[in-house]
Amino acid sequence: MSTTIPIVTAGTKTTRATCPYCGTGCGVLIETTAGRITHVQGDPDHPANFGRLCTKGSTLHLTAATSVQEQTRLLTPQRRRARGDTPAPIGWDEALDDAADQLADIIRRHGPQAVGFYGSGQLLTEDYYVLNKLVKGLVGTNNLDTNSRLCMSSAVAGYKATLGVDAPPACYDDFKHAQTLFIVGANTAYAHPILFRRIEDARQANPAMKLIVADPRKTETAEMADLFLPIRPGTDVALFHGMLHVMLAEGLVDMDYIAQHTQGFEALRGLVADFTPASVAAICGIPQADLVQAAHWFGGHTPTLSLYCQGLNQSTRGTDKNATLINLHLATGQIGKPGAGPFSLTGQPNAMGGREVGGMANLLSAHRDLGNAEHRAEVAKLWGVPDVPAQPGKTAVEMFEAAARGEIKALWIACTNPAQSLPDQATVRKALETAELVVVQEAFATTATCAYADLLLPATTWGEKDGTVTNSERRISRVRSAIPAPGQARHDWSIFADLGRRLEQRLPERQAGWRHGMDTLFPYDSPESVWNEHRESTRGRDLDITGLSYEILETQGPQQWPMPQGHAQGRARLYEDGVFPTPDGRARFSAVPYEAVAEPCDEHHPFALNTGRLRDQWHGMSRTGTLGRLFGHVSEPSIDLNPVDMKRLGLGAGDLVRVTSRRGAVVLPAQPSDAVSPMQSFIAMHWGEEYLSGRDAQGRLMTGVNALTVPAFCPKSKQPELKNAAVGIEAVQLPWRLLGVAWMSEDRALAVREAVKPLMGHFSFASCVPFGREPHERGMVGVLFRAAAPEPASDAVLRQLEELLSVDGPDVLRYHDRHQGQHRAMRLRRSDEGLKLEAFLLAGDVSAEAWVRPLLQEELVADAYGRALLSPGAKPPVAVQSKGRQVCTCFNVTEPAIVETLGTCAGSADERLAQLQGQLKCGTNCGSCVPELRKLIKLHPVAMA
Amino acid sequence: MKKMKLVMVGNGMAGVRTLEELLKVAPDLYEITVFGAEPHPNYNRIMLSPVLAGEQTIDEIILNPVQWYADHGITLHLNKKVVRVDRTRRVVVAEDGTEATYDRLLLATGSNPFVLPVPGKDLEGVIAYRDIADTNYMIETAKTHRHAVVIGGGLLGLEAANGLAQRGMKVTVVHIAPWLLERQLDEVSARLLQRSLEERGLAFRIGAQTQELVSDDKGRVRAVRFKNGTEVLADLVVMAAGVRPNTTLAEQIGLHCNRGIVVSDTMQTVTDPRVYAVGECAAHRGIAYGLVAPLFEQGKVCANHLALFGIGRYTGSQVSTKLKVTGINLFSAGNFMGGEGTEEIVLSDPFGGAYKKLVIQGDKLVGACLYGDTADGSYYFQLIREGACIKGRRNRLMFGEAQPEEASEGATALATA
Repeated sequence: MSTTIPIVTAGTKTTRATCPYCGTGCGVLIETTAGRITHVQGDPDHPANFGRLCTKGSTLHLTAATSVQEQTRLLTPQRRRARGDTPAPIGWDEALDDAADQLADIIRRHGPQAVGFYGSGQLLTEDYYVLNKLVKGLVGTNNLDTNSRLCMSSAVAGYKATLGVDAPPACYDDFKHAQTLFIVGANTAYAHPILFRRIEDARQANPAMKLIVADPRKTETAEMADLFLPIRPGTDVALFHGMLHVMLAEGLVDMDYIAQHTQGFEALRGLVADFTPASVAAICGIPQADLVQAAHWFGGHTPTLSLYCQGLNQSTRGTDKNATLINLHLATGQIGKPGAGPFSLTGQPNAMGGREVGGMANLLSAHRDLGNAEHRAEVAKLWGVPDVPAQPGKTAVEMFEAAARGEIKALWIACTNPAQSLPDQATVRKALETAELVVVQEAFATTATCAYADLLLPATTWGEKDGTVTNSERRISRVRSAIPAPGQARHDWSIFADLGRRLEQRLPERQAGWRHGMDTLFPYDSPESVWNEHRESTRGRDLDITGLSYEILETQGPQQWPMPQGHAQGRARLYEDGVFPTPDGRARFSAVPYEAVAEPCDEHHPFALNTGRLRDQWHGMSRTGTLGRLFGHVSEPSIDLNPVDMKRLGLGAGDLVRVTSRRGAVVLPAQPSDAVSPMQSFIAMHWGEEYLSGRDAQGRLMTGVNALTVPAFCPKSKQPELKNAAVGIEAVQLPWRLLGVAWMSEDRALAVREAVKPLMGHFSFASCVPFGREPHERGMVGVLFRAAAPEPASDAVLRQLEELLSVDGPDVLRYHDRHQGQHRAMRLRRSDEGLKLEAFLLAGDVSAEAWVRPLLQEELVADAYGRALLSPGAKPPVAVQSKGRQVCTCFNVTEPAIVETLGTCAGSADERLAQLQGQLKCGTNCGSCVPELRKLIKLHPVAMA
Repeated sequence: MKKMKLVMVGNGMAGVRTLEELLKVAPDLYEITVFGAEPHPNYNRIMLSPVLAGEQTIDEIILNPVQWYADHGITLHLNKKVVRVDRTRRVVVAEDGTEATYDRLLLATGSNPFVLPVPGKDLEGVIAYRDIADTNYMIETAKTHRHAVVIGGGLLGLEAANGLAQRGMKVTVVHIAPWLLERQLDEVSARLLQRSLEERGLAFRIGAQTQELVSDDKGRVRAVRFKNGTEVLADLVVMAAGVRPNTTLAEQIGLHCNRGIVVSDTMQTVTDPRVYAVGECAAHRGIAYGLVAPLFEQGKVCANHLALFGIGRYTGSQVSTKLKVTGINLFSAGNFMGGEGTEEIVLSDPFGGAYKKLVIQGDKLVGACLYGDTADGSYYFQLIREGACIKGRRNRLMFGEAQPEEASEGATALATA
């Protein structure tokens, strides 16, 4: 394969690609010198972002730094002789032959249903297409699902149930046309920061615009709202029915539109009659007047655009939530026109592309349905095979449950980390342990799933991949390789194609009935050849892109679908004519009852646990977790609780709690947050076993946040309810604490973090995160390891930690009281300014963290301390002037600096923001911190003259 | 009324301190006679090292000049070694025939240096280090000779080595134990000390066993030869391999001796209640102390009984040590090596050149070993002696008496950092 030969190029070149994070689909310009990625900036010509990038996107080049790559990437195929062993490198041919042999053997012994493929919304459309064809066209099973199941499947099902097909009808440009923006179940400020910048711009341009936010948490998005509806978890359907009830009562529905373009309204009208404002206010836990206000704006202050994401999707009623929100748009005619429509924001960069090629257990190519015999025949014909299997495949949760039961014998996992991201990790781990064959095709060697692999296959990732992606607004962008694949990594599509060709040889009976003359299902020599085949599959479908080509994407830039042959450009918004892709051209109302969450709280599990994103992290953090600077905003795992609950439980900020659900437990620090309502709680979805672990009293390893979450899923979309689990929360008595913090060379910090991970199991609680600010002037990255246990750790474990964290050598100050479990060690470095703390380990009483940690992290001169550095207690022997919490990641501006400067800023909120930005530059680059700046402006009003 | 007669044999620190204590409480009880083998009045023997190092003079270390004896009506016989005592007649006889009768006899004969029984021990240039004469000999030798070997890496040996090095000699310390000052330091602090002394130019042969002292053709020592066959050049060999209680006279007159003249808690010899013993010659509860503080405590008790008060018991001392080498601070006290049933707290600070170890048994501090920063030595020593409960302050104990909240501790630390 050409991709295995590194091509060294001289000089600097710029390559157009897209950001690999969220579904916004921002264009990026990747700058490379001599085959290395040196810089990234937003593509000013890309219609998703017009040059802007968020904190994550703007640091992409840092995640592609050589030092990061060398420490985190999977660079050669590897095989484990036995589970638990260290894998050994092998060649590609050996790896793929082995994989094909084992797969073929399992298929022969147990049938194709014994094989499951689990992919990712981060694969490119071409990768997805080949995978889909491999599984459904060759292996003969529909057991192909991807992490998009955790992300967008309810949106898919919601669109299909109401509008006929899976197509978001609106576009980003609609933000500026909307009069009312209804954001529900989405924290756009964190999850889609660049879209939020566009929303901010739109509001600035149109001060009359109303922003309604419905969310159980008062997120940064909610903070910006004109009307915030803090609904109880899972009550969205009641809210929407209640709004429709009010709109009906007050004549805000569009009866003409309903009559001309929809069907099923009467049933819905009957249903919502019971959803009186009083009853809905009681169900949702919001003031009745606010419900009425929301309905007034939705129906009366139009056009109205709804934006929604995982709050609706990750739910056992996910499809219903999507559909009943769409009800509101159909009932008011708020669809198919500028500034209106139900706009599902996709979570992943190419969830849309995956849906387009049908890369899911219940989908077929180009928005076709498995359940439809005609569709199956069409696809079989396109592929030149006699048929595609009719039996629906196992979806994500079902697939792992089947593997845990031993029904699925082989799991092929590509570009995703189920041992982090799937709910009910106990079952997931059992599945990975039970399966006869686990293949992990990955770019990163650091994910929890890699530990279970029998075979590890190195894949390319951002900056290396070549193909296309589709963003939330149906816009297809070209992704181009900026650098050659490192090591022996290969593109995912080519791995799938290579595996496919080997399987064809081992399963010759599959070739019976193939189109005459066809000798392989995988005749591809480039991503374009794959894409052209995919394009042909869309002919005549709602997402018809037969008018599009790689060449058009190259020359005219990203294009929205549909774009059938003969069209010069794609369509910005759908259903402008009120005709829907249903048999009768009418959209369907969804008259579904409100049903509560799968796992209501009870006396043993009285708290509702919500999960979601952090501003500066992405998914399981295999990429964002490589950068210390992305931990500046939220530095360590925690569970957020309402201050009232904290007080009632007798908890102080940072106190450890054990959070227990019916499936598992996790121990982590509690932090007070006004954003969380009483009896609710929040843990960021990112904190998997890689960052948060420890061993419970029974000796079982704790597997992060998804040890707690429920596998219950929506019966229609099969999307699990990651947004709500019932949990008990109690303070834990783990009096012995440990904190190790160290600066270390960027060439080894991440490797050290990997080496520290196995030590997490020695403690009842442990977390390990990087910190710092790349590019650091001395090329240093920080590593922070925190742990707690009922008893002191052994000296051997302490020594191991000290060695790993470089708290060793001749320049270490030490205090050791073994019998009391008190241990403190500080390594100092001589610098031009004086002595500086380079690494430390506190054990036993770690309250000195309060002043020792700022000394290290902020690289303050420590000459004034001497051996008093070792003294215990939270009170510093000499006062420390800490810079405080970082708010602006781009310019490293901290909260105290902002608050101080605000003291000198006068005028309106906007004027003060402008002054703040002028003086400190915060929020002037990626803008991700602007919502937080606005919050601080509100909290610190102009001083009275 | 006729005064009782008190005769003291030995004119050293322990004995004279006993007289001082006695004079304080019973100035007129006794007619006192003192015999001293050296030609000097009582001087501060532990300050010989600074004299050797050139930091002090002999005059400066005289504690009780001849006039002091006169002022207190004490008959002083200098340069007179007592050779005989008739306990029946209660008469003391010196080498030159001088006699003195006593009602009470106080033996304060001190100790003798231990001289290694190796071939060549009597060569010219081979001395022990004990008194002013030895000190003067070393000072003179340093003027004319280059290579010195000190045998014994204890307190005295290191001080001698440092002094000789200060006087320009190239000094090697030979020490048979695994680390220096093994009775005062643990291995970690001893290594720090060794490194620090090496930086000052001293050389060490740790664990080396001396085979013989090699002579040059003029009968002067030329080298020290070790069991492994290697040699170190030496024009001067100082034996500082420990001391032995000087019990020659006591044994001769039939007093029970066992590693010293055996005394009771009242400092009376167990054989003859008219005879007392204090200082390095006395063995109390099996221990002959070689440090000054216990000797002073003994002196106080002894004086009390001589004064006929009959109260006060000496029950033994907690000892603490300091090394008198300028710029090197070390301190140890109590059971600093720890062991069964004890717990240790250790602090090390390579930047400040400090090492501290505290040994705890139950809720009490029982030992301390400090290197580099000995400021809190007396605090710890007090806690050890008092047997104070340290339960509530264990975690702050290492950071000294001052509350760590006070900035002064940090400032102190800075000064040494």
